[in-house]
Amino acid sequence: MPRGLRAAGPLWRIATLLVALGVLAPVASLAWLALGADLSHWAHLLQFVLPQAALNTALLLAGVGTVVLVIGTGCAWLVSSCDFPGRRVLHWALLLPLAMPTYIVAFVYLDLLHPIGPVQGAIRWMLGYDSPRQFRLPDLRSMGGAVFVLGVVLYPYVYMTARAMFMTQPAHLMEAARTLGEGRFGAFRRVALPLARPAIAVGLSLALLETLNDIGASEFLGIQTLTVAVYTTWITRSDLAGAAQIACAMLLVVIALVLLERHGRRHQRFGSAQRMRAMQPRPLHGMAAWMATIAASVPVLVGFVAPAAYLVWESIKRLQLGHGISRGLVTSLGNTIALALGVTVLAVAVGLVVAWTARSHASAPNPARWQARAATLGYALPGTVLAIGLLTPALAVDARVAGWLGLPGLPLMALGMVLVVACVIRFLAMPVGGIEAGLARIPPALEQAARLLGENATGTLRRVHLPLLQPAIGASALLVFVDAMKELPATLLLRPANFDTLATWLYAEAARGTYEEGALAALAIVAAGLLPVVLLARTQFRQAPATGHQNPHP
Amino acid sequence: MTDRRRATGRSTLRALSLFATTACLAAAVLPAHAADELTLYTTREPGLIQPLLTAFTATTKIQVNTVFVKDGLLERVKAEGARSPADVLMTVDVGNLLDLVDGGVTQPVKSAALESAIPANLRGTDGQWFALSMRARVLYADKGLKLGAFRYEDLADPKWKGKVCIRAGQHPYNTALVASLIAHDGEAKAEQWLRGVKANLARKATGGDRDVARDILGGICDIGLANSYYVGQMKSSKEGSDARKWGDAIQVVRPTFANGKSGGTHVNISGAAVAKNAPQRANAVKLLEFLVSDSAQSLYAQANYEYPVRKGVALDPIIGQTIGELKVDPLPLTEIAKYRKQASALVDKVGFDR
Repeated sequence: MPRGLRAAGPLWRIATLLVALGVLAPVASLAWLALGADLSHWAHLLQFVLPQAALNTALLLAGVGTVVLVIGTGCAWLVSSCDFPGRRVLHWALLLPLAMPTYIVAFVYLDLLHPIGPVQGAIRWMLGYDSPRQFRLPDLRSMGGAVFVLGVVLYPYVYMTARAMFMTQPAHLMEAARTLGEGRFGAFRRVALPLARPAIAVGLSLALLETLNDIGASEFLGIQTLTVAVYTTWITRSDLAGAAQIACAMLLVVIALVLLERHGRRHQRFGSAQRMRAMQPRPLHGMAAWMATIAASVPVLVGFVAPAAYLVWESIKRLQLGHGISRGLVTSLGNTIALALGVTVLAVAVGLVVAWTARSHASAPNPARWQARAATLGYALPGTVLAIGLLTPALAVDARVAGWLGLPGLPLMALGMVLVVACVIRFLAMPVGGIEAGLARIPPALEQAARLLGENATGTLRRVHLPLLQPAIGASALLVFVDAMKELPATLLLRPANFDTLATWLYAEAARGTYEEGALAALAIVAAGLLPVVLLARTQFRQAPATGHQNPHP
Repeated sequence: MTDRRRATGRSTLRALSLFATTACLAAAVLPAHAADELTLYTTREPGLIQPLLTAFTATTKIQVNTVFVKDGLLERVKAEGARSPADVLMTVDVGNLLDLVDGGVTQPVKSAALESAIPANLRGTDGQWFALSMRARVLYADKGLKLGAFRYEDLADPKWKGKVCIRAGQHPYNTALVASLIAHDGEAKAEQWLRGVKANLARKATGGDRDVARDILGGICDIGLANSYYVGQMKSSKEGSDARKWGDAIQVVRPTFANGKSGGTHVNISGAAVAKNAPQRANAVKLLEFLVSDSAQSLYAQANYEYPVRKGVALDPIIGQTIGELKVDPLPLTEIAKYRKQASALVDKVGFDR
């Protein structure tokens, strides 16, 4: 009996252990780097840098957290519980800002809202001023601006998870709350929201980790976060050890926060995921309906339509000025898609192995659980820091492999394999988390039945769980794909010679100070990210037509 | 679970594995190492140096493979160790060059061509690094302003309160300037200067150098510090483009130091070194020698609007008219570089970027 219930054979366990060790390698090498310096410079850091940077980081996280929670949860509830004009489009369009890299949105909004940009120009024209010296709005390069930019781009993480949860929440719970005398809002606050909390927490943590790791947008907008302090210490003061120390301290804080959140809901059990009768959206009429339409459209307009339209406009302007589409841009597009595909396939495969090995299957805790947690650490590190940590171990392996095969140079690096591995480590949290959540929704009885009928663990995975996991796998694959397409810092550091992606191309233009000429590259990133996001919306929200009936073509 | 669903699942997996194979193949376009090649690691944007590399390949038939790395060039070359494919390392800012030397990833080069073209204060004593071009840190000012001579120290004058724009104090371009102020005026005066400039800022110290011109046009500020070559870039942009409007909104002044003995402007460099484990050392030296040749140096001037290191090479006309011949602050670059960590600490101390 115990043998029959073993979650996975030794091969699975070894593979998972190797993955965990692979993800921990850059962290360990960072810790090693951190030990390479004494703590003498901490007096300076503690006095002049870290208090302010920590405060800025906390403010930024609190601000972005609030914005993504309000927009993400609010819109998810609106499209799940109400029916109003435009809902059929908005329920998937709300995901579109996912296709927008934060650094591009920061560039675009600085252009749009600059005193010489179109928005302030129009305001001055309406008010009758003719020079920005007479009238201008407050500068976007501020904490408020950074919260705005990151908030409108990152809310889809919360929207996506909250929406998926609201969609599958059984209607009878809400009805019970209403019969017990709760109003609509009370039922939402006291029943639907607590039930969706784990899902919202997952979305929120993705958004906050992206905020924490962001270097492009916050540096551009002049917000001195802890991540910026890591960079300054490393780049300007050439103190890699000191930078590694700050990065390790940050990582510890992140781990502590994640543990705290898990601890907070350790006693909560959440309703089964059996498809019960789902909530029916309540049709809204008149003003209320149009208000709902406006409320749900604003995030899409601000987070996607306005920046995308601006990029299109700028691209057309460039083309008219005679800057054509260069061959390099086309090659970069191909490279980007190849890289993103490679990363996606590997990350999903590895994520499946880890999640399957670590799944809970009996009352005893699975010893592989820590490996699954470890495998998600990469997402908690800024991209360049992760890449720096990976350099030494990866190239040591590379040199060893080359030595065995008698090859010159560093073949894995030259083939881009090190880059692919770095991106997989960075984004592994998405497939591991997504597939774990998917597995948790499959009743253990199914596996027991399959095993009783003579199927082994691998066969059960192949014939029972994989088909059931398809939506979860699809969703995490698309998320990884979109993020890998936008990936910049690790790609910049680890790519082979003559290898440009759209993001590095755009970055090079921006670094030259000619970022308006990067409009085409930016537009290409957004356009290429669009298809996966639309696919994501389709796989996530299958039963979404306005009437709330099951989709006739599942 | 219907069979149809399962079949879809399988075909999806099959499609995914097909994609994986394709992706691997796409990544497998390996550069073959041949005698007529060299590999360049650069933190300079490829667009800026591409014309030079194209000219080099045209004259020598040596192909150049480039990797544009932003941060972490030193770490990458160090980690690659003896097997590193890098032949030439190229970067901006003397501090970054000295970091490469101190990190032990460069090698000495003895070359009469390099030594005769580059003045002694613009290269390492034992040929560990070479400057290839110079750029001045100059003042951009609103076109309407009446300005006479300007000293860097004047930027802290309270009369400019709320009128100054500058990029992040921690950017190497600015820490290098602060370092030379420390060298000229001492640390206490430099700190006072930073506090004064901080108090004069019209907006957060962030963005790029061209944002100074843009923000002057936008009425956010009146003056600011930025590098000289952006002037050429902006003023030569197509009529009607945004960059051209920004460039046309400013006048440029070449500041000096209060220290009467100096009389010159703060200058930084772009430069290169031959990598310690260069597989194609001879080609690497050839590239460096090409980059200081007359034709390449005038490309630096004409295409990049930089100041050539080689004597007697003509400036770009726009730079010639707006900024003019460069009078370089005589303080040696290596002397300035000694103070840059101190400068960075000062920027933190006064909370310049806050």
